[in-house]
Amino acid sequence: MNKLSQILELLEDVVKNPNKKVVEFKEKTGSKAIGCLPVYTPAEIIHAGGMLPVGIWGGNVEISKAKQYYPAFCCSIMQSCMELALNGAYDELAAVIIPGMCDTLNCMGQNWKGAIEHIEYIPLVHPQNRKLEAGVEYLVSEYANVKKQLEKISGKEITEADLEKSIDLYNEHRDEMERFINLAASHANTVNNYQRSLVLKSSYFMLKEEHLQYLKEINEILEGLPEEKYSGKTVLASGIILDSKDILDILEENNMRIVADDLAHESRQIRTRVPEGKDALTRLAKQWSNIEGCSLAYDPKKQRGKMIADKVKEDNIDGVIFAMMKFCDPEEYDYPIIKSDLDDSDITSILIEIDQENRSNEQIRTRIQTFAEMI
Amino acid sequence: MSTDLSKETQTAGQLINSILAKSYKEAWEAKEAGRPVGWATSVFPQELVEVFDLCLLYPENQAAGVAAKKESLGLCEEAEAVGYSIDLCAYARTNFGVLEKGGSENLNMPKPDFLCCCNNICNQVIKWYENIAKELDIPLIMIDTTFNNEDEVTEERIKYIRAQFDDAIKQLEVISGKKFDEKKFEEVMKISSENGKLWKYSMSLPSNSYPSPMNGFDLFTYMAVIVCYRGKKETTDAFKKLIEELETNIENKETSFRGEEKYRIMMEGIPCWPYIGYKMRTLSEYGVNMTGSVYPHAWALEYEVNDLDGMARAYSSMFNNVNIETMSKYRINSLIEGNCDGAFYHMNRSCKLMSFIQYEMQRRVYEETGIPYAGFDGDQADPRVFGKAQFETRLQGLVEVMEERKEGSIQDE
Repeated sequence: MNKLSQILELLEDVVKNPNKKVVEFKEKTGSKAIGCLPVYTPAEIIHAGGMLPVGIWGGNVEISKAKQYYPAFCCSIMQSCMELALNGAYDELAAVIIPGMCDTLNCMGQNWKGAIEHIEYIPLVHPQNRKLEAGVEYLVSEYANVKKQLEKISGKEITEADLEKSIDLYNEHRDEMERFINLAASHANTVNNYQRSLVLKSSYFMLKEEHLQYLKEINEILEGLPEEKYSGKTVLASGIILDSKDILDILEENNMRIVADDLAHESRQIRTRVPEGKDALTRLAKQWSNIEGCSLAYDPKKQRGKMIADKVKEDNIDGVIFAMMKFCDPEEYDYPIIKSDLDDSDITSILIEIDQENRSNEQIRTRIQTFAEMI
Repeated sequence: MSTDLSKETQTAGQLINSILAKSYKEAWEAKEAGRPVGWATSVFPQELVEVFDLCLLYPENQAAGVAAKKESLGLCEEAEAVGYSIDLCAYARTNFGVLEKGGSENLNMPKPDFLCCCNNICNQVIKWYENIAKELDIPLIMIDTTFNNEDEVTEERIKYIRAQFDDAIKQLEVISGKKFDEKKFEEVMKISSENGKLWKYSMSLPSNSYPSPMNGFDLFTYMAVIVCYRGKKETTDAFKKLIEELETNIENKETSFRGEEKYRIMMEGIPCWPYIGYKMRTLSEYGVNMTGSVYPHAWALEYEVNDLDGMARAYSSMFNNVNIETMSKYRINSLIEGNCDGAFYHMNRSCKLMSFIQYEMQRRVYEETGIPYAGFDGDQADPRVFGKAQFETRLQGLVEVMEERKEGSIQDE
């Protein structure tokens, strides 16, 4: 087995058993783990406090207990997060940060307080007028509250130096993640859709310094290989999340390779660096001002469709797959505008609906097959 | 300001309807005269716009109106045809449909030249208004009242909202071509705040009055002006008239509720407008009157004149923008103040915020009050979601429990 396969196997184990990694961290450090719900949380503050930030993005689980909180038309990812929480899947966490970025997330925070009392709820609400100085100042105060709550949990002060160090590390990690995404695209025969997803997703369950080492190793290996010509079709994936192995395999069956993405779970987390600034919390707040092309970040110019179209043109990508999280209203509002922007640029796109509880992907299979014939 | 309404001879209901018609007419006139017209969300701080003498129209009001006239389905389908998901707010879909189609047959309004959005009612409005701004390429004034997890609106939030007021004023100076007039603003704040108080007071009159002086659903008719014409003197006159009528009813033990008021309930949520007549009749058949609602609080925005911090706090404290403890308290109080025997919850497909908090809120409210409750599925404007049979069955169930409890309490005595 070559080195690349070894690393990928290891990362697959992390993705399949995130809890194992959390327990391992806690035992090794004696510290705590903090859950981060979608979409944006200042994980740097958690890291600076010596704790492990853990991404909470739901999973494939049958919805049963969560029905006490949500009717069937609730966003699939929040239903599965609540179900998993009620099933005890997050019991290793000391607290969760739930950012109130949409109505469903606001309700999640409010419901969490009564439903999951043993895991502390840390509220955070981002400003939508994020380009205004007052918006930045407000967000600094929100982050200061988060920091204070985290300090209470860890029993340790989070210093400015700790924060600056974590910000630097996270920025470096973003660089390396982006480098991987590009290398995976230029080595589309070596890295398949599922493997690409494993590398990106595993970053949610381990310390960034550890993940960074794996990334560097993978990137070095890929850089040592000649560029590859992929014989199938290349696609850009947009939406909240597209990590289901079954769906990624359907793309594989149809000779389709994800070479770029606009997913909240993947590229949207890494494409905006934390900028320089007067202090750490202001820097983190300013990052939110700089985020573009995200359904959760106020943008009356609606640049997202154009950003996707530009990327597709630049990289000569064959088409766009819009992975619509079922009942996610921010994405559902963006979609008609994106679709029209893509149509205007003669870019072929298709929408598939993501239900984390999915037991059958036949409909998606048919749609992907049709799409493969179109592009 | 002169008015063509002969206030003395008109009932409050007639006055209110004519004020509403006037608000649409004025907007059309402004549009024709080349003056900018704005569209706003229902609890936007309209004071900021009113001071510039700019006309505002309210897509939520229009959507409710056309839904009651059974036009919303066609408009929703227009929006769905261009890619809007059937799962999105039906007010938004109705509005996108109006834009796609170029108008509405029942209640038309001019296209906007600017937009005013405040997310104190929900966050979907941000996305809804972003899309109109993009499609029509017009300015969007966004007042972001970040959700209140804390019991009080924090100082940091007030500071942020205040700064947005300043920014909105700058934008509106450009749109209107006028300078901000502080004196006039004082006057607008005074009228708006007074109207808010009158609204809340008038809607509190069913409390401890038997029978309630009004059919609870009348609230939804009166609500239109507090949404659409909050900063105007005419609204003050209309609510004064309404209070007069309701107080006379109380004195004479009269009511606009049809039939005998056997049970009093709180109804949660926006009505299913396409079935408003059906719902009213059905409630009336069972002798059930709505005497509790959180809506009296929605526009009871209390602040002192010239107190912009207070205005920021008031707009941020809207009952949709507060934590579950405060949300529950609003319901508990309205059940108690309305002397309610039961609570009837609308699981409104359009409204994620109110629907996804509802189960937990129901439990908390019940735990505190012991007042029985039931719920039904529906939608504020999409007729496909509501089922008459389910509505009636659930109401029957609630009535049975309320009846048993009444008998029980009589026996206890």
